[in-house]
Amino acid sequence: MPHWIEPHPTGIYVRPADAWIDPSVPRERALVTHGHADHARGGHGHVWATEETLAIMALRYGTASGTAVPYGEEIRMNGVTISYVPAGHVLGSAQILLSHAGERVVVTGDYKRRPDPTCKAFEPVPCDIFVTEATFGLPVFRHPDTGSEVDRLLAALHAHPDRCVLVGAYALGKAQRLICELRARGHHDPIHIHGALERMCALYEQFGVALGELRPATGLPAGDMRGRIVVSPPSALNDRWSRRLPDPITAMASGWMRVRQRARQRNVELPLIISDHADWDELTDTIREVAPSETWITHGREEALLHWCMTHQMRARALALVGREDEDEG
Amino acid sequence: MRAFSRLLDGLVYTRSRNGKLDLIASYMRSAPDPDRGWALAALTGNLDLKAVKASTIAEMTRARVDPVLFEMSRDYVGDLAETVALLWPKAEDQPPEVDDGSLTLSAIVDRLHATSRAAAPTTLARMMDHLDASGRFALLKLATGGLRVGISARLAKTGFAQAFGLDVDDVEECWHALAPPYADLFAWAEGRSDRPDPAGTPFFRPFMLAHPLEAESVDLSDYAAEWKWDGIRIQIVGTGAQTRLYSRAGDDITGSFPDIAEAFRHHAVLDGELLVKGEFQGGEAASFNALQQRLGRKAVTAKMMDDYPAFVRLYDILLDAEEDLRPLPWEQRRLRLEATVPQLDPHRFDISALIEAPDFDSLAEIRAGARDAAIEGVMLKRRDSPYVAGRKAALWYKWKRDPLTADCVMMYAQRGHGKRSSFYSDYTFGCWTADGELLPVGKAYSGFTDEELKWLDRFVRTNTVNRFGPVREVEKSLVLEVAFDSIHESKRHKSGLAMRFPRIARIRKDKPAHEADTVEGLRRLVN
Repeated sequence: MPHWIEPHPTGIYVRPADAWIDPSVPRERALVTHGHADHARGGHGHVWATEETLAIMALRYGTASGTAVPYGEEIRMNGVTISYVPAGHVLGSAQILLSHAGERVVVTGDYKRRPDPTCKAFEPVPCDIFVTEATFGLPVFRHPDTGSEVDRLLAALHAHPDRCVLVGAYALGKAQRLICELRARGHHDPIHIHGALERMCALYEQFGVALGELRPATGLPAGDMRGRIVVSPPSALNDRWSRRLPDPITAMASGWMRVRQRARQRNVELPLIISDHADWDELTDTIREVAPSETWITHGREEALLHWCMTHQMRARALALVGREDEDEG
Repeated sequence: MRAFSRLLDGLVYTRSRNGKLDLIASYMRSAPDPDRGWALAALTGNLDLKAVKASTIAEMTRARVDPVLFEMSRDYVGDLAETVALLWPKAEDQPPEVDDGSLTLSAIVDRLHATSRAAAPTTLARMMDHLDASGRFALLKLATGGLRVGISARLAKTGFAQAFGLDVDDVEECWHALAPPYADLFAWAEGRSDRPDPAGTPFFRPFMLAHPLEAESVDLSDYAAEWKWDGIRIQIVGTGAQTRLYSRAGDDITGSFPDIAEAFRHHAVLDGELLVKGEFQGGEAASFNALQQRLGRKAVTAKMMDDYPAFVRLYDILLDAEEDLRPLPWEQRRLRLEATVPQLDPHRFDISALIEAPDFDSLAEIRAGARDAAIEGVMLKRRDSPYVAGRKAALWYKWKRDPLTADCVMMYAQRGHGKRSSFYSDYTFGCWTADGELLPVGKAYSGFTDEELKWLDRFVRTNTVNRFGPVREVEKSLVLEVAFDSIHESKRHKSGLAMRFPRIARIRKDKPAHEADTVEGLRRLVN
């Protein structure tokens, strides 16, 4: 008899509920953990997600029919009890907790354990099967303290009053978190944002995340941009677009910046290790804390985490999900 | 250590040459003695710590980290020192990512000097526990030598000179009279003492260089003509007791050519072309390809020296014993050179012959008829030219033989087909714009030997910075001399130029990428 939860390359299928979690192809019934494109695709028949995630999906894919599920509220689907638990990844991100036939399964989507002023903190939920990501599943990935990374950005800005700092940050989540962290460190100057970030920042503001004064990055003479912080999607960093800026210091906020070659590949001068994913210690600590009888690893560097589980006498398996991990998101 | 590890990080991430110079200069001004002296030694490749090998680092790491996780991490990161720096688990009682400031660079150097091969893993591990990831990376790079932060010894010296408002050539002149941590050098730089006296040491003198000939002709009563040989420019500095060989960039390459250094016992400074003898040329100079076998080797085997015997074809004499001949006109230096060469080992040294031609047209004919593979073209030297550093207008010209060639920088590589499948054998290369941007100017698939292909393939694999499907983007560091029949305006490349029948003439491992040709220069070759 197959298990009631089945991993497939295109997503995780919850058989009794006839629903898919984060399916990568259009499905009739989809349970979505968060709004990043490798988890939330367009074209599903009906979506269950947090209100924020639905709003993000509506912004990206146009109107989608969906049911908003508040954190902590239980819904039932043919014998499966489902609830959404904060994952601490981006606005609206959730772990999906499913209970059926006396067994509890948690699908984390993506998550982190550090404080993030733009979303609710991750809540560990004891369970039988823990389905975890492993984006930074190697012991070389240990994210430093966020505040010290933000301070390095501000130090570079103040050391070069004639230049501006151009930060590549993923459009959903990282950009807004970075802006909030800058505000928290006392940077209240207007922050300039690339056009591709405008609607998402506005959406965050609607959900009560205060971002301070934001201005467009273009349209001002280069001289007026001196000493300013400009935030753009990572893909725009080495674009023609950035040539209008006054000798920008190119920065990027991502967990990948921990590895020198990755930063150099991007032509990044100021790598900022700020990640929306759990680092190695957080991944292994979380598995210990949740203490599942079995861990499933969805995407990332799953071999190393698998090996770690094995050497700690924990049952684990790697799932081969397709289409996960957007290189810019980290 | 914090200041030094920040400097290394800065050098890794900073792209512009001036930016790197600023970083080095500001470090040299602010760091205390003797830390900055050790740093300068490390940056110029003069810090030799023998106890620590790559195997020491691996051993030290396996004692603390699950070996499987270590291997997986190393596989992912690529670089051993960086892998270990990042995953190093500190002792439980230490805060995780802090350089606690207890280790100075000089303390680290002292400990590494004092340790034995057997004690090295423990010594190293203890120091690792006091550092953050950047500090650990700097420590491991220091310990194994070869910082690989993308700067040459010359750039480090230039940064040092800039810090104290000195001329880098003045620094170069006394460099070899000094030893790390260079206390005398800093004392002089800060005006606390006289310049260290370089007398008696075999130090490098900057080369005199030539402009490409652009005029239709020159008057041969003003200019002497000699062959331009296709080897590498070399300076031989002998004090009678010691001999050193320097490349064009001022790097000491004595270790790669002990056969030459040992054969030279003279007290003089000579300028010439390093070549190897080719068996198929009846003992004459072989092509540059043969010389490639000898380049860039730290140690050279007896077999290498037998198979590719090196010799130097001499162009000029800068010093005869202590007498500085550089201010003399070329004609007089030539006489002094002609008097010196017969005193040297004839197997290792000969003189570059002058080309006798009644007028420029006959010279052009002689040049066009030259078939020797080792001839790259013709040099035209003003008969009254002193020997001056760098390129001075109208003194020396190089008149390269057809076909046209350009020094380009490799940008992208793609796998070949047929017998070359799996090898990265198709190269896109570019030249510089005035803004310092590299624009593609062509693509070549041929011209190299099988050995060179293997080398190029390895270069591509180890220097990939990006992948676009089958195409790899490489670190823009390798200069390829590209030969081509002609060049035309074209819309295919962003540079607006296209070459006809471009092929790789040679791999210029000796040339820094920023010295490659410009798009503007290429455009001038369009007919």
